[in-house]
Amino acid sequence: MTTSVTPSVAPAATENATGTRVITYSEAIREAIGQAMAADDRVFMLGEDIGIYGGAFGVSGDLYHRFGADRIRDTPISELGIVGAAVGAALVGSRPIVEIQFSDFTCQAMDQIVNQAAKIHFMLGGAASVPMVLRAPGGSGTGAAAQHSQSLEAWFAHIPGLKVVMPATPADAKGLLLSAIDDPNPVIVIEHKLLYRTSGEVPVEAVPTPLGKAAVRRRGDDITLVATGIMVSRSLEAADALAEQGVEATVIDVRSLVPFDADAVLNAVKNTGRVLLVQEAVKSGGFMSEVAARISESDAIYSLLAPIGRLCGMDIPIPYAPQLERAAVPQVEDIINHSMNLVRNS
Amino acid sequence: MAASSAPSPTAKTGRPSARPEIADLARDPELATRVIGTMWRIRLFEEAVDELFARGLMHGTMHLSIGQEASATGVCLAMREGDHLTSTHRGHGHCIGAGADLNRMMAELLAKETGYCRGRGGSMHIADVGTGNLGANGIVGGGIPIAAGAALGLQLQGKTDAVVVSFFGDGASNEGAFHEGLNLAAVWDLPVVFVCENNKYGMSMSTELSTRIANLAERAAGYGMAGVSVDGNDVQAVYEAATKAFDRARSGGGPTLIESVTYRWKGHSKSDKNLYRTREEIAEWKEKDPIAAFLAKVTEAGTLTENQLNAIAQEAKDAIRESVRTGNAAPPSRADELLSAVYAPTGGSK
Repeated sequence: MTTSVTPSVAPAATENATGTRVITYSEAIREAIGQAMAADDRVFMLGEDIGIYGGAFGVSGDLYHRFGADRIRDTPISELGIVGAAVGAALVGSRPIVEIQFSDFTCQAMDQIVNQAAKIHFMLGGAASVPMVLRAPGGSGTGAAAQHSQSLEAWFAHIPGLKVVMPATPADAKGLLLSAIDDPNPVIVIEHKLLYRTSGEVPVEAVPTPLGKAAVRRRGDDITLVATGIMVSRSLEAADALAEQGVEATVIDVRSLVPFDADAVLNAVKNTGRVLLVQEAVKSGGFMSEVAARISESDAIYSLLAPIGRLCGMDIPIPYAPQLERAAVPQVEDIINHSMNLVRNS
Repeated sequence: MAASSAPSPTAKTGRPSARPEIADLARDPELATRVIGTMWRIRLFEEAVDELFARGLMHGTMHLSIGQEASATGVCLAMREGDHLTSTHRGHGHCIGAGADLNRMMAELLAKETGYCRGRGGSMHIADVGTGNLGANGIVGGGIPIAAGAALGLQLQGKTDAVVVSFFGDGASNEGAFHEGLNLAAVWDLPVVFVCENNKYGMSMSTELSTRIANLAERAAGYGMAGVSVDGNDVQAVYEAATKAFDRARSGGGPTLIESVTYRWKGHSKSDKNLYRTREEIAEWKEKDPIAAFLAKVTEAGTLTENQLNAIAQEAKDAIRESVRTGNAAPPSRADELLSAVYAPTGGSK
């Protein structure tokens, strides 16, 4: 299978009449940061190897040369210190963007994320806020094994005070990040390693994607596929294959886990009567468990023709061997098969 | 004699707006009055909450710094307008030292809507951003990287005259946050004054058991920063060390680690039965009462009369009594706005 978002081959990055052009997910992130930094002196970036190295995944790229070492700030390998520094800078009015090299490394910084950043506004009775962004690549598919491949978004979504987004397209990689930078609260942006090199139409201007709004990527009346991150493009690919078999799917890209656009999901479920929730993260305690619960406790449950389906990563650490890694998380054919089962059995 | 060396204080925090010479506090009537008043307010505030708690009139838990007043007072005296601080779970002294409103502090501990945190934070989360106090912290070492980051933010904003002081205890010096925060401040020459209030115990564990070094200031060498150990019960010694550290930070010389050696008379928190230390040890440290020691110096120097000293103590007593009175009379914190209190409102922040 392929992991690219349409189109898979990027044409030259020339602007079209609607003010967009095709660039990669990683270029879109870099562009958002560059535009935000150019527009607002308070914005700066800090993280490991983001300076002259250009970032472990090449996201910061040439920003160091454009903005200098003060604002594209290389740090020692100190995730707790880095996030703590961002919290402190945010408290005094700066707008830090933290890059954590792999989302797994947020484990090193959890006190600052969970006990500090998330709670300060509330604990202090609203007297202060923490306008910071934490970007981190999640997900499997690179052969980096168990400590570099997790999908930890549910942890963050479980902590009141954090906002959590997972851009699935280059346009959202830019737009959600712009909204995150502008937000007065800590926002966790979980990017996907496999999406960095994918391409898509992205506005040239700094056009924010609002937090808290899901995107309906495709409309169909037979089944709703609700997906996050890399599973959005896989679900779209599956939906094309399903259409060839006469099954039309609606595909919802959750993209903002907190705040969560429950209405978008519930309305689609009411229309299709069938729903498959697709995430890369392990099944137990995952974000799609929450989505299933929201459907179950709403009147959308009366529209269901089949039980709510969940297709998730296996409840295992991500293994190294390519065939094992592939087996650990949903693939396009898995989405097709599960969708067909839900349709056939109802 | 360094009388009249202190410039006139600013209205907001009462802190001097320009660099003071290092004054002889016990010989300067204005500063001596201020130091004694601050130390009494800390002591009496904590005695009052201790009593309220014992009588079942206060909820939750608290960590008292009785016996450590000189440390908070001496450091905060070196702060200037525009400086910030991060504090700890044992933070009442820092908060009062920085100039907090006692009524709002007491109201917070009494779980009232008029408290600093509207009853959402309690003793361990009081902040007073107006005086630069970025908050107490319930996590040991939690404020250390935050202080480094605040200093970084201020530096990037061109506020090169601002310093951030980070209070923490001996226990925090064994946390990873201490290492990461001090190292970041050192490599970036950040204007931070790290104040390790070594009160000998991290809850029940003594520093003899928790570290292999005699004085925690030695750890500064590992970060390539200046380190100094002072008698934390001698307000003059603390103030001098802090003033030098603030000057170093302000002049671009980077961070300093000050170890302020002191002792908490009370237990760690309300559950402490003092099984890990002896009555004799506590009694020995009570002999080193920082307030009594400073009062003796002031009296010996003839800087203030007995009547004046009594008046300062009385003023503090009245202020604490008033804080309890207004706190008790204040409306309870409200439950109806909790869900909307989690996130700062979007839109108006830019």
